[in-house]
Amino acid sequence: MSGTPYDLAVVGGGPAGLAGAAAATRAGLRVALIDGGARLGGQYFRHPAEGLHAANPAGPHHGFARFTRLREGVSERAEVFTRHRVWSVERGEDGTVAVHCLVGDREERPRAITARRLLIATGAYDRSLPFPGWDLPGVLTAGGAQALLKGDLVTAGRRVVVAGTGPFLLPVGAGLAAAGARVLGVFEAAALPGVARRARLTPGKVAEAAGYALTLARHRTPFRGGHAVIAAHGGTELTHVTLAQVDADWHPLRTRVIACDTLAVGYGFVAQLDLPVQLGCATVPGADGDPVVAVDAGLRTSVPGVYAAGETTGVGGSELAEVEGLIAGRTAAADLGRAVAPAPALSARRDRLAAFAAALARAYPVRDGWMGWLRPDTLVCRCEEVPYARVVEARELGARDARAVKLLARPGMGWCQGRVCGHAVARLAGETPRPPRRPFAQPVRLGDLAASGAEPSDERNP
Amino acid sequence: MPDVVVIGAGVVGAACAYYAARAGFDVTVVERGSVASGTTGAGEGNVLVSDKEPGPELDLAVLSNGLWRELAATHEAGGRAGESAFPAGFEFEAKGGLVVAETDEVRAALNALAAAQGLDHVVAGPDDLPGYEPHLAPGLAGGVFYPQDAQVQPMLAAALLLRYGAARFGHGKLTLRTGTAVTGFLRAGDRVTGVRTTAGDILAGAVVNAAGTWGGEVAALAGLELPILPRRGFILVTEPLPRPLIRHKVYTAAYVTNVASGSAGLETSAVVEGTPAGTVLIGASRERVGFDRTPSPPVLRRLAAQAIALFPALAATKVIRSYCGFRPYCPDHLPVIGPDPRAPGLHHACGHEGAGIGLAPATGHLIAQSLGGDRPDLDLAPFLPDRFAAERR
Repeated sequence: MSGTPYDLAVVGGGPAGLAGAAAATRAGLRVALIDGGARLGGQYFRHPAEGLHAANPAGPHHGFARFTRLREGVSERAEVFTRHRVWSVERGEDGTVAVHCLVGDREERPRAITARRLLIATGAYDRSLPFPGWDLPGVLTAGGAQALLKGDLVTAGRRVVVAGTGPFLLPVGAGLAAAGARVLGVFEAAALPGVARRARLTPGKVAEAAGYALTLARHRTPFRGGHAVIAAHGGTELTHVTLAQVDADWHPLRTRVIACDTLAVGYGFVAQLDLPVQLGCATVPGADGDPVVAVDAGLRTSVPGVYAAGETTGVGGSELAEVEGLIAGRTAAADLGRAVAPAPALSARRDRLAAFAAALARAYPVRDGWMGWLRPDTLVCRCEEVPYARVVEARELGARDARAVKLLARPGMGWCQGRVCGHAVARLAGETPRPPRRPFAQPVRLGDLAASGAEPSDERNP
Repeated sequence: MPDVVVIGAGVVGAACAYYAARAGFDVTVVERGSVASGTTGAGEGNVLVSDKEPGPELDLAVLSNGLWRELAATHEAGGRAGESAFPAGFEFEAKGGLVVAETDEVRAALNALAAAQGLDHVVAGPDDLPGYEPHLAPGLAGGVFYPQDAQVQPMLAAALLLRYGAARFGHGKLTLRTGTAVTGFLRAGDRVTGVRTTAGDILAGAVVNAAGTWGGEVAALAGLELPILPRRGFILVTEPLPRPLIRHKVYTAAYVTNVASGSAGLETSAVVEGTPAGTVLIGASRERVGFDRTPSPPVLRRLAAQAIALFPALAATKVIRSYCGFRPYCPDHLPVIGPDPRAPGLHHACGHEGAGIGLAPATGHLIAQSLGGDRPDLDLAPFLPDRFAAERR
């Protein structure tokens, strides 16, 4: 690879990636910050385009002023590549990393950015569970509803039910209610007293949760534990949902029907591991059992020169992501021989936040009772239209794990490559999810793949 | 106590179990993972005669080709797969294969091979190629069309052969035990009398080693050497196309020489075909690098470039995934089929390299004949495990 490589390429412009780029530039590194979105911020600091003339672009954000300062600092000191969707990372024999991107939307073109070190801060995506009717228009993930609200300033619907499990349901419900949607209820599948006991809430977190609860109360939105939406109904679009009171394993006890036009449903988040797995980075089970990247105290992965920060090392929220980004950026600089003063306070803060995140993850486990919500014709994989019956038959044919179910019945073979159904298929196959093998993090034209070893020199680093 | 224990629930093990059950034996298949979880789950489902040079492997391929057709007709014709959630069964497609030559020199070699093989074939001149494949690149020198080449969905083929075998043969009982790894052999003197597994000992009249790429490791548990090595291959899978772009299995003549090569280094040739799901599968690479599953960008690039050279329209088609597998490679490129004289009671059915799907039914059929003491339809001598010992002497 010719051209002058950057010192550090950071993939992901959310809290972890921004902080990583900031720390690395402060330590004197030449940094490329790469993100697929139109604007930096990632999912957490997703914000409207300028053209929308938002009166208050911070909208429902905590810490937006902080983000703005961080973004401005990084934009001045680092080279920022937005709308660059990474489809592959490749590590050469000398350790140089090529980040293969597709640039632009309709007229996409390939571009490779090379660097001596790589920080992966690709975040997480919604963990979905299938249930009858989940493929109806009007049903969306909690993260999807939040993204619409933050990015486009639109409420996802008029009569909204929020359901699932995890601490994310509260801000989604509160954000939608504050934006003018009629939120008919926020339904947490876990029993609330158990959550409070297990989560070891810190005063700050209690205050944040109380703020959301207050918003919900102001809009007369009920917040109930031990309740789950087990089916969505409607002809061409969502008209109502079946809400069930569930036992500790999420088996329905009593059901009732709620009329609504939007259901935002989320069962937590799954770390986005495509790039670390491509490079062969070791993974470990996270606090919720799903795999995350294994890192040391300096956020180094098992592959030399490759670092990971934020949700890829364990889903823990924006504060933890930012601290990890700072540590990773500093470690990368130190590893490249820059003088970096030790910062034990950062590590202590990371440890504290990570311990809290782990406790929270353990407080909101996904219980097996959801498998009982499925009917034979419920689609498990929407891309390949695989009904639950075919998954059952694959198991009867001798599939004992998710890979074998996929090979026989095709769930996860389509466009999303199992990002939506992967967790559910693994659980249905009777195992905890394994790190996903996705040699292509984005679909890429064969022509672009063929040429990716030798991009023309004007496509190389400036 | 079963009459026969088959080690491995890949397509070869499934075929051995199927034909043994058909011959009246009680069969137990032990599999350490899931059905089709080894190399069977990493292939394209090739049922090829066209790529074999005249000799014992071609004879095996021709026998097997007929047996695949018979299996599809017996169990799946007319939607007989029936009530199943897999109504298309194992998706047998008699699509035919087209081998193309870039130069006149290669074309002459192809034609000579076709004449020597004695198979049904049609020699296609440059002007005939678009009639077979309208989207082929212009400027090719010609090719040979083989109507017998076919394709199956290999994972379903393995799983359904086991199911059909279990359902159909009242006199022989077929049992599949997944998650059961073989840890050793039960012996009476030299004789193999069963297997030790992670789920207990199983006594049996005979044991069939159908462990594919891991067949050498299984043989080692009996103190026997079987030189089977992994030969890695990657396959690219495109987005599903709204209309089929490619009708047959199409590959370049270089594929035949790559298959036959003994090199450990990377060799690639273009092998392109569509599937009933609408995707296009693109192979094929061969390299001996142990069991390393890390994606290799240089190999993926070469596969893409070669496929585009053959079908320029593919350049704008998106690839959505790739997978890799480990072919069970023997130094002489022939599978190991038949009894092992060093351990009476132990039979081998492994080492099929990249042809295991195609050769599975014939392998199972010959093993069943051998188990029953019948004279096999083909002379087993070229496939017997003794041949490696003879080489060393």
